[in-house]
Amino acid sequence: MPTYRPGPVSLILAVLVALFLLLPLLAVIPVSLTPSRMLAMPTGELSLRHYRSLIEDPRWIQSILLSIRIGIVSSAISTVLALCFSLGVWMFQPRFTATLVGFVLLPMVVPPVVSAVTLYFLLTSISGVSSFFGYDTWLGVAMAHSVMTVPFATVLILVSLSQLDRRIDLAARGLGASVWERATRVIMPNIKFGIVTAALLSFVLSWEEIGVTLFITSVNAITLPRLMWMGLRDNIDPAIAALSVILIIITVLVLAVRSFVVRVRRGSEPL
Amino acid sequence: MRGTLSDRMGAALLMAPLLLFLVLAYAWPFLGVVKWSFTLPTPGLGQYQALITDDLVQSVFIRTLRIAAIVTVVSVAAAYAITVVWVRGTPAQRLIAEFCILVPFWISVLTRAFGWVALLSNRGLINTWLQSIGFISEPLTLVRNEFGVVVGMTHFLIPFAVFPLASAMRSLDERVLLAARGLGSSRMRTFWTVFVPMTRSGIIGSAMIVFVFSLGFFVTPAILGGGRSVMIAELIYLRIFQSPDWGLGAAISVVLVVFVGALMALLFRYVKPKQLV
Repeated sequence: MPTYRPGPVSLILAVLVALFLLLPLLAVIPVSLTPSRMLAMPTGELSLRHYRSLIEDPRWIQSILLSIRIGIVSSAISTVLALCFSLGVWMFQPRFTATLVGFVLLPMVVPPVVSAVTLYFLLTSISGVSSFFGYDTWLGVAMAHSVMTVPFATVLILVSLSQLDRRIDLAARGLGASVWERATRVIMPNIKFGIVTAALLSFVLSWEEIGVTLFITSVNAITLPRLMWMGLRDNIDPAIAALSVILIIITVLVLAVRSFVVRVRRGSEPL
Repeated sequence: MRGTLSDRMGAALLMAPLLLFLVLAYAWPFLGVVKWSFTLPTPGLGQYQALITDDLVQSVFIRTLRIAAIVTVVSVAAAYAITVVWVRGTPAQRLIAEFCILVPFWISVLTRAFGWVALLSNRGLINTWLQSIGFISEPLTLVRNEFGVVVGMTHFLIPFAVFPLASAMRSLDERVLLAARGLGSSRMRTFWTVFVPMTRSGIIGSAMIVFVFSLGFFVTPAILGGGRSVMIAELIYLRIFQSPDWGLGAAISVVLVVFVGALMALLFRYVKPKQLV
């Protein structure tokens, strides 16, 4: 059967766009190898000094550990809240579901800078009451990140619930299972994949969050993106190039493994 | 299914924590920001009047709309070109296109903005190369101006523009295209008179997403604009942190939310939410 394929003009244009998309990611590689202390192309010799400074400078390690801690806590909060909410929606189909889901998705739709001002207001208000949970504290950042990631977690879990066969829940219910048993022994095992994906996405979003973090931290809660931001604004530090290369390599590896897994799963299923 | 007392209790118990969390940590503080806009520094509508009369604020709004419009046109056109290959190419072409779309999508906005600094700055890749072949003697100014901002934002937004386009192209009936070709229409003519009109909903959705995103964009303009081409989001940041004028920052935020809300309402009159993913 014939198929409609893109012609030569389409292909050339697509290649140009692809180059545009990849170019800045490739450009950081030579910069990361410069022996100079400032942002420059290496001329002649190459050096790994900026990779070494990532390990030797305690600020990088500290902010990486902080980002991991904030990522884990905020991902746990947003996954648990999103899971309970989605189970409630799916099992009981309450009235006003659309309005409630719409409300939950607001932090995803509202311009991030407005969410940032909002969370800044929240955390500065809390700071008046408590010193370890408010503006510029790691718990405050974790809570703000949960607000920002919970809509994404909710969407992912609702999507995986929508693919679930309602009859298995009806059967459990007919056999006398309680709400708790239906949720934990019937429904949750069937949406495992969705829950894990939601937790991972929440972690990644928190790990790279900068727009809100800039508004709610100053000197104490310096996450990794916040530290990169400081290095980018003032005097461009080539260590950022070295860090970027490492982050790009990790992303490419994860995507490659993921697409391999998807292919294998598809291959094993009879079509 | 609905109605029994225990059902309603169960739903309430499961849904309450998240709703309560968002009311306390999001809705309530947003009302606080709205209150700021009416009470700081003095109660009244002063901040909103200042928005209309202040020349700086005006110029930032106009610049933001202009940049958002340019970025929207360029991103949607570029996304269209690569999406055609991602959806209709041979399996190998599709794989490469998918790689080029998804890798930038998953890389953080900071890394991507930094990549453009490395390419475009005075001592960056492009200027170094152009000087070494003797094409220019003085470095070209490619960042810390509007050009750099447009390039960086377009790069960030192309993957977001791709998804609605891809969904429109996938749902298109291939037989119509083959019929047009079979009846003797040229490749170009089939593309412009059959393919493009049939993906109109995707184009509208993708343009709206890119436009709305660019209005509230902060990181890329702040890095690639270098403080010289300030957009609304950066203005809010400056008003709150550098010239502490929380009232004006809050008022701009409120205006931005209302504007984006109106745009979204307009979008959903033409496109169903499901067509956007």
